[in-house]
Amino acid sequence: MKWKTEDGGWSPYLAGALLGLLAIASVFATTQLLGKTNYLGASTTFVRAAGIIERTISPDRVATNEYYTETKLRVDWQFMLVVGIVLGAFISSTTDKSFKLEGVPPTWEKRFGPSIGKRAVVAFFGGIIAMVGARLADGCPSGHGLSGMMQLSVSAFVALGMFFGVGVLVARIVYGRRTS
Amino acid sequence: MNTGQWLGLVTGILFGFLLQKGRVLRFDKQIGAMLLKDMTIFKFMLSSILVGMVGILLLSNFEIITLGHKPMNVGAVLLGGALFGIGWAVMGFCPGTSLGALGEGRWHAVFAIMGMVAGAALYSELYPVFKSTVLAWKDYGKLGLPEAMGISQWVIVPFFWTGIIALFFWFEKKEL
Repeated sequence: MKWKTEDGGWSPYLAGALLGLLAIASVFATTQLLGKTNYLGASTTFVRAAGIIERTISPDRVATNEYYTETKLRVDWQFMLVVGIVLGAFISSTTDKSFKLEGVPPTWEKRFGPSIGKRAVVAFFGGIIAMVGARLADGCPSGHGLSGMMQLSVSAFVALGMFFGVGVLVARIVYGRRTS
Repeated sequence: MNTGQWLGLVTGILFGFLLQKGRVLRFDKQIGAMLLKDMTIFKFMLSSILVGMVGILLLSNFEIITLGHKPMNVGAVLLGGALFGIGWAVMGFCPGTSLGALGEGRWHAVFAIMGMVAGAALYSELYPVFKSTVLAWKDYGKLGLPEAMGISQWVIVPFFWTGIIALFFWFEKKEL
C-alpha cells in the first residue's frame, strides 16, 4: 500500500484515519471547552446561512419561521467549522500544488460538454433537493455518515444506506454510459 | 470571536486539510464512488469511522463525553435519505465537500452551494407540512445500535472492524 497517491495526495486510509483522530479530539475539546459534546457536521450551517441572508431582506418573515427559530440563527461552532473547511482545503491544495481553477468537472464535461450554464443549473437544482433531504433526515454524510456511524447510531446506518443506495441508482442513470 | 467559534475554525481547517489530502473533495471522486468505479471516498470515510468509533465509544464509556444520536425517525430518514441521494448524485458534492472543493479552486461548487442554501430556505418553509406528515409517522428517538440489538457495543465494534478490513482488502484486490 502506498502512502502517497500519484498526484501528491495521501493514501485515503491514512487521511481517513487521521480524520478519525480529529473527530475524537474534537468531541473531547468541545466537551471540555464548550461544556457540550459537539459532533462534526455541516448541513445545519446551510440553514443558518439561509436564515441570516433572508433576515437582511425580510426580518419579520424569518422571525415567525418555526424552523429558523428552532435552529437558532447564529454563527456558532459548526458555522466556523464549515468556514474552516474552505481554508483547510485551500492551504492543503496550494501547498501541494493540486489547487486548480475549474469551471466544469472533467467527468461532467465528458458526458454533457463544456457549458458552465448547464452545469450550474443542474448543480443548483441538485443542491436544493439534496439539502431538503439532508434537513429532513437531520444530517448529511458528515453528521450521519461520519459522526453517526462512529457512535453506532441506528439512524446513521439507515441514512447512509439510503444516501448511497439511491445515489448509486441515480448516478448510473445520469452519468452511466449508454452503451455497456 | 468566542471560544466556540475559534475552536470550530481550527477544527474545520484540519478537517478541510485532511479532506483535501485524501482527495475526496472532487466531483469526479464522488461520482466515481456512486458509479462504483473509484472507492477512494469509501476508503476515507470508513477509515475515519473505524478509528473515530473506538475513541468516541471509549470516551462515552468513561462518561467523559455524551453520545448524540440523531433520532431514528423512520419517514424522515428514509425519505430525506432518498432525496439526499438524488441530489448528491446530480450535483456531485455533499454539503461539507462542496465547501472544500471551493477551497481547492473548483469554483463550480458555488452553484451547488447556492442550491443548498436555497434548499435550506425551502425546507424552512416546508417544515410545518413535514412536521405534521413525514416527521409524525414513527419516531424511535435517539437510538444506538447496541440498545436496538440488545448487545454490547464492544461486541459490535470487533465485528464491524473485521468486516470493513475485509472490504478494504477486497477493494485493493480489485484495484477499485
